[in-house]
Amino acid sequence: MLNVETKQAFVPLTEPSSRPILRIESLSKRFGRSTVVDQLSLDIYEGEFFALLGPSGCGKTTLLRMIAGFERPNNGRILLDEVDLASIPAYRRPVNMMFQSYALFPHLNVQANIAFGLKQERWPRREIARRVAHILALVKLEGLAKRKPHELSGGQRQRVALARSLVKRPRVLLLDEPMAALDKKLRRETQAELIALQRQLGLTFVIVTHDQSEAMTVADRIGVMDQGRLVQVGPAPEIYEEPKSRWVADFVGEVNLFEGRLGDDLRSVEATPAGSLHAALKPDATPGATVWVAVRPEKIRITRDQPVPTPENCIAGKVVEVGYLGETSIYKVRVGENCVVKAALANVGSGGHRVAAVDDDVWLSFPAYAAAVLTQ
Amino acid sequence: MVSASAPAWRKLVVRIPYIWLFAFFLVPFLIVLKISLSQTALAQPPYTPVLDLAAGWRGLVAFFSGLSFDNYRLLASDPLYVLSYVKSVEIAAFSTLILLVVGYPIAYAIARTPRRWQAALVLLTILPFWTSMLIRIYAWMNILQHDGPLNQLLMALAIVKEPPVWLSTPTAIYIGVVYSYLPFMVLPLYASLEKIDEALIEAAADLGCPRWKIFWLVTLPLSSAGMVAGVLLCFIPIVGEFVIPDLLGGSSEPMIGQTIWMEFFGNKDWPAASAVAVVLVCLLVTPIVIYQNQAMRVVERD
Repeated sequence: MLNVETKQAFVPLTEPSSRPILRIESLSKRFGRSTVVDQLSLDIYEGEFFALLGPSGCGKTTLLRMIAGFERPNNGRILLDEVDLASIPAYRRPVNMMFQSYALFPHLNVQANIAFGLKQERWPRREIARRVAHILALVKLEGLAKRKPHELSGGQRQRVALARSLVKRPRVLLLDEPMAALDKKLRRETQAELIALQRQLGLTFVIVTHDQSEAMTVADRIGVMDQGRLVQVGPAPEIYEEPKSRWVADFVGEVNLFEGRLGDDLRSVEATPAGSLHAALKPDATPGATVWVAVRPEKIRITRDQPVPTPENCIAGKVVEVGYLGETSIYKVRVGENCVVKAALANVGSGGHRVAAVDDDVWLSFPAYAAAVLTQ
Repeated sequence: MVSASAPAWRKLVVRIPYIWLFAFFLVPFLIVLKISLSQTALAQPPYTPVLDLAAGWRGLVAFFSGLSFDNYRLLASDPLYVLSYVKSVEIAAFSTLILLVVGYPIAYAIARTPRRWQAALVLLTILPFWTSMLIRIYAWMNILQHDGPLNQLLMALAIVKEPPVWLSTPTAIYIGVVYSYLPFMVLPLYASLEKIDEALIEAAADLGCPRWKIFWLVTLPLSSAGMVAGVLLCFIPIVGEFVIPDLLGGSSEPMIGQTIWMEFFGNKDWPAASAVAVVLVCLLVTPIVIYQNQAMRVVERD
């Protein structure tokens, strides 16, 4: 479901050629009495595709607007190529933004919309025409140059907005929920094209999204934001497999959480609602501390008989609900008194074949390496 | 029964505007047109011919043979009328230009204030309408008179040595017209400026446009529909304006509204007055047609 393998992971810290193009240093923004961005620091590297992921109201769009120059930070600095942007107005910053509403000029046709930024730089007329034609071909909009925005479909408008923000080859391209208005199928296609475009042009992209699967699909690294702070930054597999907190685990995909006490070997967790559970990695905590075992639903096997050999974690339960989602089915299984565990199984068989039905007694099992122990 | 009567009701509702326009625009206009083709007479009504239905076919023939274009020939031959038209169009054109220059910043400022204040500011714009227009024009007569507050202020500030004459000058007409028609310019401008998405302004800035240039390249073109509406809403009634030029401008160079009044009440020449009015309507149809075309283009665009 999550195409984390669709692209080569870009690991900025291990690539010697990369340097931070954008440096955000303890940036804060307050609107009235509420703090929207709170002491946030972040480095974004040249050529990187970075995603700011978070629920609505977490401050991710405000952060983007501060980089673009539409909002003034209360504290902190933004450095682009080691230059402080504080004194540079929006219209002189070498960054461009693609707006969620696209913000296409309704009185100008596609060509004039895309040429708008180049005209401000007083480029020669022929060079403008050449670059507009090139970018139109790149976003597959040839033949629509003379159309007005209202004569285009939603998907076409989205491409015009993308072309307009790319044509000046900004040092950093900021994308504010660029695919929020597209339907699911078109969004998938556009995501793939966006990745290809970013690779082809070699530009640095910063995308803001609340859709975790979109962030995982397109981005080299993801910064998960909550209440104005970055709670975790890393490549998609790291965010998904090794979340730092219950909040991240829950926001990025589905998760089962079991609260318990950390055992003496630091790998077992005692007294969870599902009994004693085992994980592979040791958390940064002392024995006896309250911790949570996090297991993704798709990592849990569900069988009618106890599996042999028995994996490290094996729990008996009773199916209470089966949800059919097409590619997978979600089984809700009651374990113990009041703990319901979700397990996702790919529907590999046909004809609605199911492993178990409601009220069946089943076994849930998962290896130790599928579980993560969270301390917060 | 119900299903049969429903469409009939709907037809009636759809036709009400047409019935209205027929009864209160087309019929009166045709009556005025007919009077403009008549001659003055010392009679009741004060013109001939009058349609005598009792005389049957002969009466109808006599009626139509009595109509002539004499009044229109008079309009073309007497420079009084031509000058009056020219002066009306001139005053309307210049005061509309002044209204645009004064009204645009006001509308722009209202559209850019926080949304919760906008309704109050719009209300303030139309607040003068709560007082009768006649009273407000009389107030201006008071302000502009020889020893009125304006001259007292100018003298006190030592801007002028001798009190200037305001009343019975074109300046007084411009002051009165601009003051009275400002809301008609501000409201349509505000309506179109307020609709402009803030993201468009930001997008223009993002693409390298400084503030003043954004105004020329984005704000101004996107408010063109409001400008056209405001210009027509002001220009058309100002051309036919009677009260303001009569009270503030004097009668040496009458505007067309004053000429109609003079013909009608002074000379008791209904046919000539009607002819002046018909020509005025024809003059004003031109900008209305332009407006219609513009409005259609806007509808197509949205």
